Amino acid sequence: MKRDLKHIRALGLIAGLSMSFVAGIGMVEKFNIRVLIEPAVTMGYLVLFVMPFVAGSLAARGVPNPLVEPVRDPRANGISGLITGLIAGVFTAIFVLIIDTFDVTEFFPNMRASTVEEMTFGFGLAVGLVVLVLATTVIGGLGGTIFGLPQRVRRGLTTAGGWVLGFALFEVIVSDIFSFADFLLDLIYAPQGGLEIWSAVIIGALAWWLTARYEGRAKEFALTVRDADPKSRIRRSVIWAGILAAILLPMLLGGIVNELLINVSLFILMGLGLNIVIGLAGLLDLGYVAFFAVGAYGTAVLTSTMGSAIGPGWSWWIALPVVMVFAALAGLFVGTPVLRMRGDYLAIVTLGFGEIVRILLLSDWLTPIFGGAQGIRRIPGIPVPFLGTISGTRPELFIYFMMIFVGIAAYISYRAQNSRVGRSWAAMREDEDVAEAIGVSTVNAKLLAFITGAVIASFAGALFSAKVGTVFTNSFDVLVSIIILVVVIVGGMGSIPGVFVGAFVLIGVLGGPKSPGLLQEFAEYKLLIYGALLVFMMLKRPEGLWPSARRSRELHQEEALQDAWLDKAGEFDDDESGEVTS
Amino acid sequence: MALLEIRNLQKAFGGVQALGGIDFHIDDGEIVSVIGPNGAGKTSFFNVISGMFSPDEGSIIFDGDNVEHHQPNEITRRGIARTFQNVRLFPNLTVLENVMVGQHCRTKQGMWGTILQTKKQRAEETMIEEKAKDVLSFFGSRLAGYRYDQPAFALSYANRRRLEIARAMATEPKLLLLDEPTAGMNPKETIELTGLIGKLRSERGFTVVVIEHDMKVVENVSDRVVVLDHGVQIAQGSYDEVSTNEDVIEAYLGRPAESE
Repeated sequence: MKRDLKHIRALGLIAGLSMSFVAGIGMVEKFNIRVLIEPAVTMGYLVLFVMPFVAGSLAARGVPNPLVEPVRDPRANGISGLITGLIAGVFTAIFVLIIDTFDVTEFFPNMRASTVEEMTFGFGLAVGLVVLVLATTVIGGLGGTIFGLPQRVRRGLTTAGGWVLGFALFEVIVSDIFSFADFLLDLIYAPQGGLEIWSAVIIGALAWWLTARYEGRAKEFALTVRDADPKSRIRRSVIWAGILAAILLPMLLGGIVNELLINVSLFILMGLGLNIVIGLAGLLDLGYVAFFAVGAYGTAVLTSTMGSAIGPGWSWWIALPVVMVFAALAGLFVGTPVLRMRGDYLAIVTLGFGEIVRILLLSDWLTPIFGGAQGIRRIPGIPVPFLGTISGTRPELFIYFMMIFVGIAAYISYRAQNSRVGRSWAAMREDEDVAEAIGVSTVNAKLLAFITGAVIASFAGALFSAKVGTVFTNSFDVLVSIIILVVVIVGGMGSIPGVFVGAFVLIGVLGGPKSPGLLQEFAEYKLLIYGALLVFMMLKRPEGLWPSARRSRELHQEEALQDAWLDKAGEFDDDESGEVTS
Repeated sequence: MALLEIRNLQKAFGGVQALGGIDFHIDDGEIVSVIGPNGAGKTSFFNVISGMFSPDEGSIIFDGDNVEHHQPNEITRRGIARTFQNVRLFPNLTVLENVMVGQHCRTKQGMWGTILQTKKQRAEETMIEEKAKDVLSFFGSRLAGYRYDQPAFALSYANRRRLEIARAMATEPKLLLLDEPTAGMNPKETIELTGLIGKLRSERGFTVVVIEHDMKVVENVSDRVVVLDHGVQIAQGSYDEVSTNEDVIEAYLGRPAESE
C-alpha cells in the first residue's frame, strides 16, 4: 500500500509537471483555437487533460509487476485515479498561480496573462483554479475508473473514444473524402469546425456497436489471410483488392489529402532508400539528403526551361536515367572514402558530406549552373501522353507517379532483403570482420548499399523537382536527413512496412520539415514532439512500430531465448542419443 | 606438392613478437594439429593465414599462389576457411542464413539479377539453400529441421560451434582452419566432434588444420602435430613423437618430465 501511494504520488507529480509544461510553452493556448467537439472539447484542453487521464489509469494499475495481475475494481481504481488527478491538479494550479504572480514573459514569452486565462477557463483566477483542480481530479478519477471496468466495457469505450477522436482530429481528411456528401458533413461537423456533440455520441455508439459485433470476424479473417499460402486465392485477392484501392483512392480524395499523400510518399521513398543503407547494411548515413539533392538538382538542371548555363531542357523521362547515374556516382563517391570507417566515424563523415553538397550548391562558384541562393525555377512537370504535363498542381494525378516509384523502391528492398546481396548486408551489419573472413567482399557490399540507397533517393529528388517546379538549397538541409532517419527508426529499422508506418505517422500526421501534416497545429511543436516520440520509442519500443523479425529478435534476445528453450523442451533427450547420423 | 606452404612467417604487435618466423606446410588431405600453451601464437597464426592480419615478413603460398597480402574474403574465395576461438556467428541471422552467407564467395548474382528475378538468380538461390542444408546435414539432426529458422543466438554453445564449422564448410574450402573446435564442450560432445573432424576429411575431402588444447582430440585426429611456443615452432611430428619431446613437455609444464 505504501509503495502504491508512492507510485501514485510520482505519477501525479509527473502529470502535473507535464501539464504545466504544455501550458508553459503555449501549446494549450495555441491548440485551443481548434475545436474538436462543439462546444466544450478543444485540442488544447485535450492535450492538457490527456496527462491526468493517462496518469490516473497508470496509477490504477499499481506498481508494475509482471508476476501480479493488476486489481480491477472501478471504485478502488477510481480512488487511485482521483488522488493522482488531485496531485496533478494542485501542482498545475500552483504553476498557474506562479506565472500569474511573477512576470517571467521576458524569458518564457508564452507564460503570459492569456495563458493564465486559458488555464482558468476564463472564470477568473480564484474560481478558475478551483475548477482546474476539480477537473483534473475528476479526469484522473475517470482514467482510474475506466481501468477498473470489465474488459468488454473498457474496450468499447476506448474504441468509441478513438473513433470520435479520429473523426474530430482528421476532420480535413473526412471532409475531403466525403466532399460529395456535403449535407452529411454539415450534419456531423459544426460550421466553425469540430464535431457536433450529438454526432460525437452517435459516432462513438456506432463504433462501439460495430466493433463489438464484427471485430471477432475481422480478426479471424486477418488471421486467415496472414497464415494463408502466398499463392492461395484468398491472399491474392486481398493483394489485388489493395492494389485496386490504391488506384481508385486518389480519384476519390480531394487535393489536400492527395497533396499530403505526395509528401508522405516522398518520405516513404527516401525512407526505403535509407532503410537499405542503415537498416539492412548497418551503415549509419547522416548525410542521406545529399543524394536527394543530387536527384532534385540533377533533374532541375536537365529539365528547367530557364536556360541555365548547361541546361538542355530535356524531358523528365530522359533526365531520369541520367540523374540515376549521377546519384549512383555520388553514392560511389561517398562510399569509397568511407569504406574503412565504422559506426560513429562513418556517421560524422556522411553528415559532413551532406552539408558539403548543400554548400556547394549554394556556392558562387557553381551559381551559373545551380543558381546559388536563387535556386532553379521553371522546372516543368512530367510529360505524359494524352494527359499533358503533370506536376504538383495536379496532385490527384501526380500521386500515381509517387505510388509507382514507391512500389519500385519497396520491391527492390523486398527482393534485396532475401537474396544473396541482402544476406551479405546482414552479415556485414552483424559482424564486419567475420563477414569478410567468411568470404563476403565488404567493399562491394558497402558500395552496393550506398549506390542503391542513392539511386532510390534520386527518384525522390527527381519527383520532388517535378512536383514543386523550383528547387532551393534550403529544401536539403541536415534536418531532412535527420527526419528521414527518424522515420526509419520510428517505423522499425530494416522493415519495409515500418517505413510506411513511420512516414505516415511522422510526415502524414505531424508534418514534414517543410510541409504541414494533418495536425497542422503541431507544426510549431513538431520537433519537440519528434524528440518526445523518439525518447518514448527508445524506452518502450526500440524495435519500431512495425519491426522486422530480425531486428525484434535482436532487441528481445532474452524472450526469444525463452521461447527457444520452450520449443526445445519437447526433445530434451537430444543429447542422450549422442549419435550423429550423416 | 604442399597445399599450403609457409616460410619464415613473422608478425609483431608493438613489441610483442607474436609469430617469430614460422615454417609450416600441409599436404592435401592431411589433418594437422597446432598446439602450444596459451599465448604461443596459435590464433595469431590463423589470423595471418586467413588474411585478417597481414604478416610483417615471410610468405604464404596456397595452392601455388602467394596469398600473404590478400584480403580475407579473397583468401576465403581461394579456398581457406576458418572458425573462431570465441565463436563468432551472425547472432541475429537464422541458422540457415548463417550457412547461406558462407556460399557468398561461390555465387555471383548481384543487384540486377535480384531485382529482375532472373531464372539464373532463382536457380542460384535454390542451389545456395540446398547446399546450406547439405552442409548442415553433416551434423545429423542437430542443426536441421526446425533449427533452420532459429536465430543463431538461441543455440546451445556446442551447437554454435557446430554451426560455425558448417558456415566455414559452406565456403567450399580446400583447407579448413578450426580454432579450438571443442572448447567448452562436454566430454561426450568432444568425442562426437573428434569423429566429425575425421569425417571432414574422409567424407568431404577437406584438409584440416586444427588448434586444440584437448590432447585426446589431438591424439585421435592428427596425422601430424606442430607445437608452437612464443611464436616459434619448437617441435613437430606424430603425436607420439611430440608428446615425448622434452621441449614440448617443458613448454607445457615448465619442468622436465620425470617419469616415462
